Amino acid sequence: MSSKTWNNLTRGVVRENPVFVMMLGMCPTLGVTTSLQNGLGMGLATMFVLMMSNMVISLVKNLIPNMVRIPCYIVMIASFVTIINLLMEAYLPALHEQLGIYIPLIVVNCIILGRAEAFASKNNIWYSLMDAIGMGLGFTLALALLGGVREIFGAGSLFGVPFLSQDAYPILLFIMPPGAFLALAGLIMVFNKIVGAK
Amino acid sequence: MSIAMIFISAILVNNIVLSQFLGICPFLGVSKKISTAVGMGMAVMFVMTIASIATWLVYYKLLQPHGLEFMNTVVFILVIASLVQMVEIVIKKSSPALYQALGIFLPLITTNCAVLGVAILAIQKEYSLTEAVCFSLANAIGFTLAIVLFAGIRERINMIAGDLPKAVRGAPIVLIAAAILSLAFMGFSGIGR
Repeated sequence: MSSKTWNNLTRGVVRENPVFVMMLGMCPTLGVTTSLQNGLGMGLATMFVLMMSNMVISLVKNLIPNMVRIPCYIVMIASFVTIINLLMEAYLPALHEQLGIYIPLIVVNCIILGRAEAFASKNNIWYSLMDAIGMGLGFTLALALLGGVREIFGAGSLFGVPFLSQDAYPILLFIMPPGAFLALAGLIMVFNKIVGAK
Repeated sequence: MSIAMIFISAILVNNIVLSQFLGICPFLGVSKKISTAVGMGMAVMFVMTIASIATWLVYYKLLQPHGLEFMNTVVFILVIASLVQMVEIVIKKSSPALYQALGIFLPLITTNCAVLGVAILAIQKEYSLTEAVCFSLANAIGFTLAIVLFAGIRERINMIAGDLPKAVRGAPIVLIAAAILSLAFMGFSGIGR
């Protein structure tokens, strides 16, 4: 694997992690991460859309007039979101129910339009795909971490398997809305400490 | 559900930002000063109400009669994007003062998930047109309330930013403040549904 390919692949995971560093895509990040499973599901669905849209946009980048590029990107992204929405409704109805309104809202996830505009519209299909996988992994990782932390503290379980004894209480706050903000604040603090940002 | 209940529920109990997590990007992004927060809130109120009317009409008059409900995501985002452009052009021509105040916020609203989210929710809840308009207006008021309150808190935080421990400076302290505000709004749960 050439160094540029590797570079494009890893950029999104740590250095420019969409959640911890760029603070993009906050709505699904905070909204669906009540459990590890939801976080993973949302992350993977977004990653699928990101990969498809980055690839297609990098293929057609020379055909689209500059003036109307944003509406064109949005239509393409919305089509892929519709596809994943219907696929999940058919094959993963329980997860689809849990994620609810946040699946159609992948359309307005700033990460996807941001990568289309900043990367896919300037690079070839291979690098765009690598960029999408990297960013998608970074996003999925962040959502899974946040979902895991919130599920462990808030529900006393992981992947739906409880590990607390009968008489112990989980900290319910963590699966309620304020817990989303608190857990993310904590994770960003840890991330900054480890990566040594700023 | 009565109209009054829709308002109370959307503004206080199920606040769109603090308990539904829609529109977080502008909530965190343009809440550094109260004046810009008010501008953003007004712009959202304007666009959200018009967008809900447009998307409701498109859904029930255009998509449903032709069995095209599954296209709603694609169609709604297009309707909202073109609507925002149109509103921008109309305001620019008709009221330069209003354009001065709201102009810079309008392009940002296209990618504001609150607008698309409310449009989809109004359809999911099977509201009539009147209810849908009230629902989106109430959500917009809830958004404005949350972002203006939050901007006030952030202005105070900025005054003491130098005293904060290094680890919480920047994003973490903002999120902690949002958590406390969200906690305060949880006090309203139990009213109504």
